This record gives sequence, structure tokens and C-alpha cells, in this order.
Amino acid sequence: MRLAWISSLCLALVLSACSSKRDSKQALAPKVYGTQIVEVSGGKQVTDVGSETPQPVVVQVNGADGNPVTGALVSFQGEGIQFSLPQALTDASGQVTTLPQLGSSSGLYQIVAETPKVGGGATTLNLQEIALGYEQKLGRAVNEKYCVRCHDSESTPERVSNFDNLSPAPHQFSDGAALNNIPDADLINITTHGGPALGKSAQMPAYGTTLRPVEIKAVVAYIRSIADPPYQMPGVKYGKE
Amino acid sequence: MEENNKPGPLRSRPSVRELGLFGAVSVLLLVSLAIAPGKDYFSQWRHYQKSYLKLATERQNGTLVRNFHGGIQQIWIPKLGVTDRCQTCHVNQSGTLLGASSQPFRKHPPVPHELDEFGCVMCHRGQGTATTVDEAHYATAAWEQPLLPARYLEASCGQCHLGVLEGTPRLNEGRQLLSSEGCAHCHSITQPDGNVVKPEDDPPPLVHIAEKTTREWIFAWIKNPQAYAASATMPNFQLNDQDAADISAFLIAQSTSSTTAKDSVKHTASAPANADAATQAATLYGSSFCSSCHAVQNEAGNLVGGNFGPELTRVGSKVNPEWLQRWLQNPHGYEPGTRMPHYRFDDRQIALLFSFLLGKKDPDFLANVHLPASDANSIAHGKRLVTESGCAACHQINGVNPPQNFAPDLSHVGSRALSQVVFVPGMKHTVPDYVAAKISDPRAFGPGLKMPKFSLTDQQVVALTTALLAQTDRAAALPRELLFPAQHRSNYHPGGDAGKLMEDLHCLSCHSINGNGGDMAPDLSLEGSAVQRAWLEDFMKDPNTLRPALIRRMPKFNLTPAEIKTLSDYILSAYQAPGIDSGILDPHALNTAATARGKQLFYSKYGCQSCHIADYKTDKGYVGPALAGVGNRLTAGWIYRWLQDPEAVRPGTLMPNFNLKEDEARDLAAFLMTLKAKQNGGGK
Repeated sequence: MRLAWISSLCLALVLSACSSKRDSKQALAPKVYGTQIVEVSGGKQVTDVGSETPQPVVVQVNGADGNPVTGALVSFQGEGIQFSLPQALTDASGQVTTLPQLGSSSGLYQIVAETPKVGGGATTLNLQEIALGYEQKLGRAVNEKYCVRCHDSESTPERVSNFDNLSPAPHQFSDGAALNNIPDADLINITTHGGPALGKSAQMPAYGTTLRPVEIKAVVAYIRSIADPPYQMPGVKYGKE
Repeated sequence: MEENNKPGPLRSRPSVRELGLFGAVSVLLLVSLAIAPGKDYFSQWRHYQKSYLKLATERQNGTLVRNFHGGIQQIWIPKLGVTDRCQTCHVNQSGTLLGASSQPFRKHPPVPHELDEFGCVMCHRGQGTATTVDEAHYATAAWEQPLLPARYLEASCGQCHLGVLEGTPRLNEGRQLLSSEGCAHCHSITQPDGNVVKPEDDPPPLVHIAEKTTREWIFAWIKNPQAYAASATMPNFQLNDQDAADISAFLIAQSTSSTTAKDSVKHTASAPANADAATQAATLYGSSFCSSCHAVQNEAGNLVGGNFGPELTRVGSKVNPEWLQRWLQNPHGYEPGTRMPHYRFDDRQIALLFSFLLGKKDPDFLANVHLPASDANSIAHGKRLVTESGCAACHQINGVNPPQNFAPDLSHVGSRALSQVVFVPGMKHTVPDYVAAKISDPRAFGPGLKMPKFSLTDQQVVALTTALLAQTDRAAALPRELLFPAQHRSNYHPGGDAGKLMEDLHCLSCHSINGNGGDMAPDLSLEGSAVQRAWLEDFMKDPNTLRPALIRRMPKFNLTPAEIKTLSDYILSAYQAPGIDSGILDPHALNTAATARGKQLFYSKYGCQSCHIADYKTDKGYVGPALAGVGNRLTAGWIYRWLQDPEAVRPGTLMPNFNLKEDEARDLAAFLMTLKAKQNGGGK
């Protein structure tokens, strides 16, 4: 008898779980349809794991005439990402704003923004956001203290960039096109022993006595995480080819 | 006897009904016996271990499959109170199986600790002993500790690391905010090592407030501080007009005269009101480096300047002109403990700055403030409100004592039991969500609550929550040897006449000396070994910046020659580095041959010109201080020692340690000592 009770209870629980799941996703109906979805702002942002991006993601739906349309349905998806607004209709300026909260592991997160087309199908837009884990954050801290003054061409009120004073010009850390081709070991060696160790400029000092090996490794991890185009581990790249 | 031979009722053939019952009971018994092993066999962790082995087999990783040890895995560290079975399912934390990207088989990302030495719950929280997914990760009725969301993970580092930690920017920012936003005025926060967090904002005393400003301004300010100054840290108490009017009445009524109030304002020639004077005033404001500490909102709405002193965007709508004049003459008469240094402005300069600051007016700010005249009732009501709202926790007020234990103790807030927390309907029932909601909108928990609303960004709320979640029961129970206490300021204060002068100029607001002071300007603990007297005296007379790229600069205090001599004597004798003296370097070693070798090292081998300027004609480096003229500024011994290990003589410096050999350091010192050109190409 008791077993029957328990089993029927379990069944009820499972059923209720199923039904509640079905309830949670209620569809929003589009009022109009667009033909194109474009990014207004919010792609390629850097944040910490499990955190919202600093700025929201804003996308715009345009009609066939290229003008923004109001009332088109936009839905956002992305593995491991929670959106403040997973789906919504475009506002008066044809835009939808959502704040993505990235997942708990570091790396690149893909956002797919989607709007249905007339007569089925959908137009999509891909965006990428970057989440930094502990190692990348440590790298960022070292970068902000020692590296940015020369490797970042942007000046801030607190810090004038030294980038333009140097020749040859240093690599921007986000310069994936150049840095993705340099192996980790070489980046670590240049940082540890200075530019001349690998036949590069003597204007890159040796940091082997100033920084600990973990800090140098962390800087490399940070460089890899913000690379644009994205960096792929040699094994992954080899496997795909 | 016959009766004895009769088969007893036990031996009688069982009826079908009895057989059926017996069969059913046996089956039931068998089934119930099978529940335990069945549950074990179909347990979640066994399922995950099987999936893992399947994955490994698919990847043809035979060695991994052969070496795999199934069953419950456990990390047991009695001294930390850790019993973690997480690795039962999270079997691939070391990353032996490459490329497993989904949980529970993901490799643990690199962290500075060995997992076996600290376990999992120390950082991630959750229930280490649980063996089902739900019980381990989420809160249940019996086990209240869910996993810590990733965004607050740095809180766990803060359980042992009580000071600033590289790689945990959010925790560091949160701890900084606990002091700088003044949380610690009302809340008591004790760290596991017994250190009590101290407030580091600078709420002004209000004991002479009537001299400084008007009742109308006080009213407008306490109604909405951010409307006056966007960067104000004063929180919004969401007062109604009546209460704000009564508080302003009381604050004016309690105000007494400061010692300088009786001094008549020196007769200052009023600044000629023409465009030329306005330019001169702006130049003086700039060259006195007021903006190193004070911010002003520009036309684009951005704040320009430091946040060490109050924002001055609308200061002309606030201050009483006579007070401003006295304040510019000497701020210490009105407020002995102020951070504002005593500039030695002359009458003309005071007149210029006076008109410049009074010109920063916002005519709309007080336009609509019309207060009823105050009477005994409104003053008494104001006093009651001031006492109840805890104003005296931050501000010094006549007749109101600072409240004791005014707000809840937050020393263990990270472990607060959910059953003791009152949640607002609709919010998630977790401690982090509760703490974050309390910080961002305290009055949402009830209109009668005392905590005011602070103007914090979302990022600041997350940072503060992170810092508070570090305050756990577990942290408080940790063995002392595991704690890394924060570095605290020493109570060093320079002595003698120079000491008095340095107090008056507030040197320690920006410079740190022997462990006490600010971090806006170089540490002066060893300055006496580093610089030459002639340069030091010139610099104090007219502080030319050494770093062309820096915004924040040393202000010009208009010191008298006697004051400069007192300071120089003290700095050169008291702030000496051990082991750096004239004997450290043989003067004959600084010859022309060494200079030539040093120049070669400077420009070719070490590329020093990428960060420093030795010659304004050729070099452009903007990171380190300009070295043109360094031969007049630094001592040879200091350069020699500095080059060999910069971090040893000035911890935290940006200058990398090039691991120079002694002869290289000597040759470079010889070269640098020949650089006698004038600073910045201009006059000293």
C-alpha cells in the first residue's frame, strides 16, 4: 500500500514537473515581421564569469525598405546565458534591449538573436561576449598595471598611452590576427626574457624578475581570452582540420 | 495417543488464500530488500561515472578507463572542516580526459590552490557531503547552503585573504567601498583576524554649519544630495519636506561659532571683474592642482577631477562668501581635522579663487526652496529626527551623541540562516540576493526601515555583496595560521617643527611615509637617500611635474624659504634608506668610459627611452619620469641601488627589475648622472 502511495506520489510529482515546464514558456506573438536583424550595440564585451555584461545588448529589426519596424518579435538564445528579457517586441525605434548574464565558465559566449520572417523561417544575428575566469582576471590585473601603457593605444584621463611613442608599434592584446599565431611558449618567453630573446624589439623589457611565472601565464591566458578573431587551442584547431 | 498422531493445525495443508498471501508478502519483502541496492545502482553519481567511462571509451582512452576508480570519492580535511564528495561526479577536475566541455566533466580552471588541499565547498559553498545533485547544489529544508553564484565567487577568496588580493578585483572594490561609502559608520564588520573595518570617507562635522552655508541649502541637500553633486556619497534618506525643513532648522540652531569666526575677514582687494581676471583665476585653480582632489562637472556632464574632496560644480550656490574667504586663508580654523591642506595663498590669489568658486553657481538649485521660519517645535522635532536617523553616526553634531550599535553587525552576514531572513515577495530566497537587494534598495523591505538609499551602480552593488559574503561563520572558525591579514596603516606621524608643517600641508593625504598615508603620490620613506638638496628645495618652491603624462600633480603651496629649509632638513636626515650612502659607489667609477657604456646600455640593450625621456630632442617615452636633468635630481648611490632592484626600495613600482649586473648598474648610473639638462626644457 505504502509503495503504491509513494509511487503514485512520485508519478504526480513527475507529471507536475513536466506540466510546469510546459507552462513556463509562453510565446509572444509578433505584430509585424521584419526582414533583417542588426546589432546596434553590445557585442564583444568583456565581463567576469557569472556576471552581466557592462552594457546591454541592443538589436534592431528592419523591414524590407531598410527602416526599423515596431512590434517585431525578437528572441535571444545562448548556451549558459540568462537574459533579462529573453524575448520581446521591438519598441518605437525598432529596437530591443536585453542584458545578458554569462555562465559560470570562462570563455566565449555566443548569443543568437532571432526574428521570425513572414511565412515561416527566421532571420538570425550572432553576437559574442567574453567571460573572464580567475586566471584571466589575474592576467587583466597584471595587464592593467604593467602592459596597457604601451600595448593599449587608447588613453584615459588617468593614463596617457605610450603606444604612439614606440617603434615598432607594440601589439594590441586583442589583435588576434597577429597574436593567435604566436604559441603560448613564445609569448611567455618574450614576456619573461624581453623582446630581444626572440629577435623582437629591445623596447619590450624582460619581466622575468618582476613578475611570477603564474602572473606571466595569466597574462597570456588573458590575451587569449580577448583575442579578436577568437583564439582556438592548437589541439582544437588541429582536430577540426 | 491417537490424538498425538493427528497432524496439528501447523502441518495442515495451507489453503490457496494463505499461499497467495505468503507469496505476496515474500515478493513485497524481496522488492523492499531490492530498494536500497537498486537506489544505489541507479544513483545519479553512478550514472555520471558510467557516462564518463563511456565518453572515455569513445575517445579510445584505454589507460584512463583502466585506471579509473569508481565509487564515492571524498576529500577530507579536518582542519578546514571540509568533507567533500563533489569529485564523485566531477571526476575530470584535473582534466585527464581532454576536451570534455560539459558538466560534470569539465576540467577545473586554473586557480592558485591545489583542490586536494582546500576541497570544493571552501570556495563554491554548497553541501560537500551530499551525494545527489539537488542536495549538493541547492538549498533544501535540512541543508541551507546552496552553491555560491559565480559572480560572487571572489567572496570565498576573501575568507582567508583579508587584504587586497591580485586577481580578485570585485572583492577588492567591495572592501574599498565598505570603507569609502561609510558603511562602517553604522555597521560593525569584524574580519576573522579581529580587524574591524574602518570608514574612510570624510563626513564633515556640522558643529559650525551655519557659518558655512544656509538653511535652504541644507534642506535641498538632505532631500537629494545627488542633485547638488552627482558624486556625493551622502545617501538619500527619502525625507518629506516637513522633516527636511525641521532637520535643517535644528542643524542651524545647534551650530556654534568656530574659533576663526570672530576674526574679521582680511580686507582683500576684490578681483577686477574682467575676462583677464577670469582667465587668471582659472589658471590659478589649475596650477594649484585643486582638481587633484576636487571634481567639477563639465558641459558634457562628465566629472573631471579627483574624489578626495567634495565636488565643486555648484559650490557657489552652497557656501557663505565670508566663510569661503576664511576657508581659503586657512581651512583648519573652521575644521581642524579637514583633509584640505593649508595653502599659503596671498590676498590677490584668494580674491581670484574666491570669485572663481562663487561663480560656480546653479541659479535653479535653490530657486524653489522657501522654508517656513523655524520655531522651538520644529527644532525639537528636527533634533528627534537627527537622533533617530543616526546622522551622528557619521557627522559630529552638537548635543547629539554618536549612536552605539546603530545597525546590525555584519561580521557573519555571509552565513546568515535563511530562516532568519525576511524576504520581499517575489525575490529569490538566497542570501546573496537578499544582501544585494538590501544594499540597492533598503526601503523596499519596509518604509519604516532606517537604512537610507545609497547611489550605487549595479557593479558596485555586486562588489559590496561580494565583500559582505566573505564574512562567514566558516571564515571566523578558520585556524589563525591560514589567514592573510590586510596591511594596515601604521600610526606614524613626523615629529618636530617639520612634523607640524607636514600636518598643516597634509602631506600624508597623498604621500605615504613609513606605512602611513595615501597612495596618490610617491612614497617618501626613503626620499632622503634619493634626492639632492638643491633639487628638493627647488621642487618645493615650484613643483614641476616629473611625469608629463600624469594628471594628478603636486600642488604649489607657496611655502616660505624658511619652511622649505625646515622640510628639506627633515626629509634629508630622517628619510634615509639603509645601505645607500655616498660610499656605495666609488666616484672614480663614474668616468667617461663608464658614461659611454651606460649610454649604450640605455639606448640599445635595455631600450630605456621607450618609457623615459633622457633627451627631449630624441626621446618620447611617457611611462616613467622624465630623466633629462636626473643628474641634478637623484643621488648616484640611489640610482645604482634602484636599478638593481626597484621593487626593494619602492614596493609596487611599475619599473621592471631588469636583473642588471653590478657593472651595468654602475655604468647606467654614470650615464644618468651626466644628464643635467633643465626639467621639461623650461626653467626650474
